[in-house]
Amino acid sequence: MRAFGYTAPADPATAVRLAAQPGTTYVAGGTDLLNLMRDGAEDHEHLVDINRLDLAAVTADDAGLHVGGLARMRQVAEDRRVRTGFPVLSQALLASASPQVRIMASIGGNLLQRTRCGYFRDPGSACNKRVPGSGCPAVEGQNRMHAVLGGSPHCIATHPSDLAVALLALDAVVRVLGPDGARQIPVGELYREPGDTPHLENTLRPGELITAVDVPGGPLAQRSRYRKLRDRATFEFAVVSVAAAVHLRGGRVRDVRLAFGGIGTRPWRSPEAEDALRGRALTAVAVAEAGRALVRGAQPRQHNAFKVELVQRALTGALHEWGALR
Amino acid sequence: MSEEEPVPVRRRTVLKVATAAGTAAAAGAAVPVTGAAEGATAPAATVPPTVPAGASVEITLSVNGARRRVAVEPRVTLLDALRDRIGLTGTKKGCDRGECGACTVLADGERIKSCLTLAVMRQGSRITTVEGLARGDDLHPVQAAFIRHDAFQCGGCTPGQIMSAVACIAEGHDGSDDEVREWMSGNLCRCAAYQNIVAAVRDAGREMRG
Repeated sequence: MRAFGYTAPADPATAVRLAAQPGTTYVAGGTDLLNLMRDGAEDHEHLVDINRLDLAAVTADDAGLHVGGLARMRQVAEDRRVRTGFPVLSQALLASASPQVRIMASIGGNLLQRTRCGYFRDPGSACNKRVPGSGCPAVEGQNRMHAVLGGSPHCIATHPSDLAVALLALDAVVRVLGPDGARQIPVGELYREPGDTPHLENTLRPGELITAVDVPGGPLAQRSRYRKLRDRATFEFAVVSVAAAVHLRGGRVRDVRLAFGGIGTRPWRSPEAEDALRGRALTAVAVAEAGRALVRGAQPRQHNAFKVELVQRALTGALHEWGALR
Repeated sequence: MSEEEPVPVRRRTVLKVATAAGTAAAAGAAVPVTGAAEGATAPAATVPPTVPAGASVEITLSVNGARRRVAVEPRVTLLDALRDRIGLTGTKKGCDRGECGACTVLADGERIKSCLTLAVMRQGSRITTVEGLARGDDLHPVQAAFIRHDAFQCGGCTPGQIMSAVACIAEGHDGSDDEVREWMSGNLCRCAAYQNIVAAVRDAGREMRG
């Protein structure tokens, strides 16, 4: 790693002021950042260590769950209130990374981790994310793990966070603090599709720090599940994943939230699939229609076309929890 | 680019001398910077300790019960600080990118991958490495179980496996073979001694609970 400067401020305002400087970024767990800097995928002159900030609490009230940006993955996954009131979050976290990394990695950092696209992580390759305008070898190259939804000719990398998919399904809101003060961003508006600017992955402004994530509670959150399919049983990123929350009443879908990982250039919410289920019984026919609605705009490439079918099966599998197809 | 130069001094013998002297000699010409230096003219509450790029800072770690002061640049990982600066080479550098788990140590009682954290981020932490498990000639129950079950071949992953197993048992994640496999998944063994590792972890867990 190149030489870089280091500051460990004790209050968020100082952290934000420092991080707004060019060439500066935050470090929390460090589990993604250190590899990005080793690989040369990111280059920073100065790190602002935020681990001394008081942002690690997890609280719950009538509105729902409030997770500090510096809460750790394990801490949230094992929290009793999360496991009972927001099972999709706990399941998504426990299906992520390894036990050691879950102990280290922060919630804010998890949401802002970078894609595992091999071309992005290899400075010897062209990559529009890493070097804007240099090209995207994945479009015609090794794209088995890449996105079938939300891509552009300039980038088809997936966002790797399982947690983001789960939070997207629960309509979570990210609270940030920046040089211009605090604001809130729905998780659905946090991530950008690549378009012509794949290097712009999120809607945060320079120096903005994720201080917390608010997750609305209720029947949907309580009845939420995460289903992740990967190339090995554990410690692997998703090929496809499904975060599903279904509220059934009288045998019919009163409300439903469906979000997907591994298939989109950003965590992928599918209002089309939700609409296909809302108000209906969870039959095989209805679920199949929802799956088709999900992939209607899919643009498969040479090696990832199987994801179009796989994600529909994953959706069916996930909805088995609620008795679909019985 | 000068920023790209590796840490100037790497030879372990030299580093041991530098560490024993409690100086920043290991960092060559770098000037040691402490928290007080940057904050000398302003209230400590508003001006945090800053280490400029290329400079070193002296940090204190409690390693296996001993207080160790070591001068490190911010870019030095905890793994490199333990091995190259403090001279504890039991912790192994496998992939150096958080995938293999050979560098697993306990930080304040929790297992972490020491290649994925900077030493400066662990200022004041209590670190336990594989060297800190035995009490004299008395092996830790996990170490003894690894020998009993022949739970290694080349040994490259073993210190990390053992540290991870100590934590896995303390966390209560050793109730079945499947559970051990899931909760030891951050430690890879390229000799594929997994069967025996699982047996060792379960056996040690039973023994430690009496």
